[in-house]
Amino acid sequence: MTKKDRGISFNLVSRQKLGALSSDEKLKFILQEVKKGNILVLEYGLTPLEQTSLIENTMKEIEHDTFIGVEMEGYGQDNATFIQKILGMTKKPRLTLIGPANLLKTVHKDRNMIQTKIIPGRGVK
Amino acid sequence: MGLFRRGSLSGILQKIFGKKHAKIGIYGPPNVGKTTLANRILRDWTGDIMGSVSEVPHETRRAKWKKDVKVDNGNSSLYMDIVDTPGIATKVDFREFMNTYGLSKEEAKRRAKEATEGVIESIKWLEGIDGVLLVMDSTQDPFTQVNVTILGNLEARGLPVLIAANKIDVEDSSPATLKSAFPQHPVVPISALTGYNSENLYSTMVAHFRKTKRKKRR
Repeated sequence: MTKKDRGISFNLVSRQKLGALSSDEKLKFILQEVKKGNILVLEYGLTPLEQTSLIENTMKEIEHDTFIGVEMEGYGQDNATFIQKILGMTKKPRLTLIGPANLLKTVHKDRNMIQTKIIPGRGVK
Repeated sequence: MGLFRRGSLSGILQKIFGKKHAKIGIYGPPNVGKTTLANRILRDWTGDIMGSVSEVPHETRRAKWKKDVKVDNGNSSLYMDIVDTPGIATKVDFREFMNTYGLSKEEAKRRAKEATEGVIESIKWLEGIDGVLLVMDSTQDPFTQVNVTILGNLEARGLPVLIAANKIDVEDSSPATLKSAFPQHPVVPISALTGYNSENLYSTMVAHFRKTKRKKRR
């Protein structure tokens, strides 16, 4: 089966799956999946510090002909409510979409919606 | 032991009078005008410049800094170490340099490689700065992932951030959009190219970055 025949994999990753991983394990898992050509929707997004680390790790992995980086879109953390703050509950990162930059292109993003296009064959092979 | 330990006394004085010296990083995505702004600041306060600018993205691929730049707003002043950082991006494709900007393949690959190293260097600099001048292009959508990620990172570290809504000399710029997108931070519309509203930027920089550092964590 050729790569083209396999299609594009679109994986929804539950908060339980990522919640069980450390930050380093999470980033490793995400980059491994994206480098395979998979697009991920994380139910429980990455914190801003994790996002920054993901960018840093991505830059270390870039290879001109096979991997040009990631397209990542997500939202900042929800503000904790007064009650949550009293109970010591931390802010929760929101949904994040991550895919290979050669496949996934963000068309529009606002406070409530992220619109993307998947473009097979775009950029690197 | 004296009544006040040296560290405590300086800390108390700093809280009352504000910081006298701060290391300020100029951050943002590629091609928003970070080096143009750094050059503007240095030209206005030291007569020097920071580095070359170009329409080709990732012109600045190594961080550059200038120490002890005294910026005055009439009432108070602040000595700043200004760090001009390479643009932060989530992807770097050498083909873009070839196809859009006409670089040779070899040159494009070298630039792309250096650009990835520049992004890493920018992120590492976040560890050692006291505040950030985040440059955004006021002709572009403000909710880019790089903007959101950098802001989230700085908020998590508790570092003061001032948004420079750059390129207001361009006809379709909309600094008001940036202001409404990030109401939690001061936003100063500016043209780094022409210097328009730079006095307001300097005044806000001194007032904002003199505040003592709140918290810093990773």
